[in-house]
Amino acid sequence: MTVFLIIIVIALLGVTFWQMSKVLQLSKPKHTDDSQIANNEDNRKQAYILIAFTVFLYGLMLYSFWNHSSYYLPEAASEHGQSFDNLMMLSIVIIMIVQVITQFLLHFFAIKYRGEEGKRALFYADNDKLEFIWTIIPVIVLAGLIIYGLFTWSDIMNFDEDEDVMVVEIYAYQFGWKARYAGQDNVLGKANVRFIEGKNTLGVDESDTYAEDDKITSKLHLPVNKKVLFKFRSQDVLHSAYFPFFRAQMNVVPGMITQFSFTPTITTEEMRTTEYMTEKVETINEIREERSEDLMAQGDVALDPYEFDYYLLCNKICGISHYNMQMPIVVEGEEDFKQWLAEQATFEEYMKD
Amino acid sequence: MSATANATLAHDHHAHDDHGHHHKETFITKYIFSQDHKMIAKQYLITGIIMGILGILMSVLFRMQIAWPEESFVIFKWLLGEKYAPDGVMTPEAYLALVTIHGTIMVFFVLTAGLSGTFSNLLIPLQIGARDMASGFLNMLSYWIFFISCVIMLSSLFVESGPASAGWTIYPPLSALPEAIPGSGTGMTLWLISMAFFIAQSLLGSLNYVVTVINHRTKGMSMTRLPLTVWALFITAIIGIVSFPVLLSAALMLIMDRSFGTSFFLSDIYIQGEVLAHQGGSPVLFEHLFWFLGHPEVYIVILPAMGIVSEIMSTNARKPIFGYRAMVASILAIAFLSTIVWGHHMFVSGMNPFLGSVFTFTTLLIAIPSAVKAFNWITTIWKGNLQMNPAMLFSIGFVSTFITGGLTGIILGDSTLDINVHDTYFVIAHFHLVMGISAIYGLLAGVYHWFPKMFGRMMNKNLGYIHFWITAVAAYGVFFPMHFIGLAGLPRRYYTNTAFPYFDDLADTNVLITVFAIIAAAAQVIFLYNFIASMFYGKKATQNPWNGTTLEWTTPVEHVHGNWPGELPTVYRWAYDYSKLNQEETDYVLPGQDFVPQNVPLQEHEEELNH
Ligand code: HEM
Ligand SMILES: [Cu+2]
Ligand SMILES: [Cu+2]
Repeated sequence: MTVFLIIIVIALLGVTFWQMSKVLQLSKPKHTDDSQIANNEDNRKQAYILIAFTVFLYGLMLYSFWNHSSYYLPEAASEHGQSFDNLMMLSIVIIMIVQVITQFLLHFFAIKYRGEEGKRALFYADNDKLEFIWTIIPVIVLAGLIIYGLFTWSDIMNFDEDEDVMVVEIYAYQFGWKARYAGQDNVLGKANVRFIEGKNTLGVDESDTYAEDDKITSKLHLPVNKKVLFKFRSQDVLHSAYFPFFRAQMNVVPGMITQFSFTPTITTEEMRTTEYMTEKVETINEIREERSEDLMAQGDVALDPYEFDYYLLCNKICGISHYNMQMPIVVEGEEDFKQWLAEQATFEEYMKD
Repeated sequence: MSATANATLAHDHHAHDDHGHHHKETFITKYIFSQDHKMIAKQYLITGIIMGILGILMSVLFRMQIAWPEESFVIFKWLLGEKYAPDGVMTPEAYLALVTIHGTIMVFFVLTAGLSGTFSNLLIPLQIGARDMASGFLNMLSYWIFFISCVIMLSSLFVESGPASAGWTIYPPLSALPEAIPGSGTGMTLWLISMAFFIAQSLLGSLNYVVTVINHRTKGMSMTRLPLTVWALFITAIIGIVSFPVLLSAALMLIMDRSFGTSFFLSDIYIQGEVLAHQGGSPVLFEHLFWFLGHPEVYIVILPAMGIVSEIMSTNARKPIFGYRAMVASILAIAFLSTIVWGHHMFVSGMNPFLGSVFTFTTLLIAIPSAVKAFNWITTIWKGNLQMNPAMLFSIGFVSTFITGGLTGIILGDSTLDINVHDTYFVIAHFHLVMGISAIYGLLAGVYHWFPKMFGRMMNKNLGYIHFWITAVAAYGVFFPMHFIGLAGLPRRYYTNTAFPYFDDLADTNVLITVFAIIAAAAQVIFLYNFIASMFYGKKATQNPWNGTTLEWTTPVEHVHGNWPGELPTVYRWAYDYSKLNQEETDYVLPGQDFVPQNVPLQEHEEELNH
């Protein structure tokens, strides 16, 4: 595959250079017109090429959308994610309508009004009415989008203090994540990197009684349909906690606690069994098998087969292994979640151990 | 009024005594420490092109790593050496360094200095009818400071611990702590010093441009008769003066945090087994300061391209630019709004969500003047008589990529939608189209159009056509599909995507993108050849090859000190009298000629249409 592509690239380069040399020959003065200024012939030819280019551009747009249909992010697995997806869909539709129309006009005019000797261009310098129209249309459309967007934004970001939420701290460090559950009291114990010592790698304040029942884990389990308030804390540099499947993201800033809340709505199991995901995982496994065969032929170990899991990834450049700073997320029924959490050691137990 | 007129006259006089006959120019004063704005423009251009080649080469290298992760390439071994490409496999250090320096070079060195440095220097004096810049000496100084800045940036590639690698946005703490990433050692220090020089040159240059436009316009050249290029370059200079000092202060504070133990941006950090003493600073403060420049910066990049494109489109469509006043007004509106939208880069930075709402509002507002511009360009070519010169094609290409890239800004500017596409390849696709590719098209259009003015020769048009078409296809081929892998949640600045099997099915698209990137880069070789060959062997240019109306085409082909051998031209009309008809509408205003240069007085019965 790769070799094949390299060959294509080389071949294309070859064609390019060959074309170049041909043109160099052609461009040597042949007839009279060597002014290097576009003449009738050029105007016509370039307009034809522009037609081909327009076709290419629309083809590329179609191809990109079609291609996207095999790897788009599955439906949002969080409550606010639904409104996110709706707003995104609406915006993309509006954008693509404008894109298709304006690109058409631009290319169409460029082709239609190609220069011809003796033709007269229209001296047309101003039209206040027209300009008013195309000022006001964007104003109206954008006003709609802004209002819709801002309502969604404040829904997502404004968090109501009395709501019944589960508090979880997400702790970021070069290059990994830890989760700290607030425990029975649903209050996180105080913490600061200055408390980091020995086993206490998150710098939790041992003297704070709220900390005793906190639970620190390396995998993030979440109960379905329960609102979770994430508090983010960084040990060293900026990171960004990106939950693409839940349409959630917040930077993790040293010296400051940031927060984001969402309600997961689709369990891992449900997501795995959607038609889209089963197909996608199949495709991925085919790709991986192919690669494994190559690897084994070279005496390397094969790749593991893939099974879908939600994940949290780092989305703010944070150092050499930024590309591999991830934490799996499991969304499960409330019972399963409680059981899992009960198995985890509290901070107090962990420190005594 | 009379004071200005006198000043112009006095300058005029002085120019006459000074230039032409006596002092002989040596090679050094003519080509190296030249104070002539035309020579300085060429110096900026050539330096910009060299930096551009390096920047594009870097992008090809890191794109190859993305498409064929951890594969061995001889070219890596040659270019990166055993340390950054052991056995020809690129290391993550090298990847991040290449991305960072690519971004820095492209934004600052190519599209700020290379674009506005070249065309402000070339066009401002020529198009306003001035003998030279207000201060030739400061102008020379600004180029040489730029040169030093380039040398420092490039030398950082060779330091032991590697060049800056924290991304072109150099967010601390990553950029402040050598413990966090090797590039934040000496490499980062050099980056900051280089940028300090860069800012100094930008300020010197900008002050000079502003003063020149205000004080040195020739008789009759009122502000409302200025060509749009000059308007754009003038406003660009003002934005630069307003915003670059803020970046300088951020850089100075970062230098202090790095070297003198202050805590502007650092707090509560534990790294490599140790707690740092820094306490109380905030990286978010840095983000505010950075983007207070960073966002206007993208307009510093794009406005000159807009001016150039307006000018070239009108000339080649043989039609006045549509809605001159709206074009000027939208430049002013964009310039103003550009200084109050920076927060759209920080929706998920931990900033107060209410601020996010405000920035969404201002950001979407800026779409309005941008839309007006796009519609006006499209109307400019409507019913024109389009001369498909390479410069014109690049201008049409500019409008196309500017629209495509600009529209996705509506998604990114919406705080809600930004949550899930922030820092993904969607952003990369967006800003490359709207500012990277568009501004590069503006730059190339400008080079093709004003090459005869700069070098007295024509560039080969057929090579120009080939260059344009390959570039146009490949640029869209790189950046259009890239939106979609971003929508699928693929983060930027990842050395490889193989750590997430979930992304395995994006591999083919990534290969496609890289193949197009290689083709795009290869096409620039054609341009390079054309540029260099035409400089020496191109066909000799005539005085006004494109039949333009602006004053630069009234100067002789051979450069003279002071631009016009005799008196300065007087201006009687705006710059866009293309295809204007006489009163009876039987012929053009000047019979048989479809354009009226700005220095031609109004003809009998002709009305000055006050647009
Ligand atoms: C052949 C042309 C180009 C290609 C293929 C290319 C490709 C890329 C890619 C893929 C990235 C993202 C890398 C990553 O995040 O991991 C990138 C980053 C960037 N590029 Fe380009 N680019 C090109 C030209 C330009 C131009 C003309 C500009 C001018 C504005 C530019 C400015 C930037 C900037 C500012 C970044 C961000 C760097 C960072 O993340 O720190 N690039 N480029
Ligand atoms: Cu990280
Ligand atoms: Cu911005």
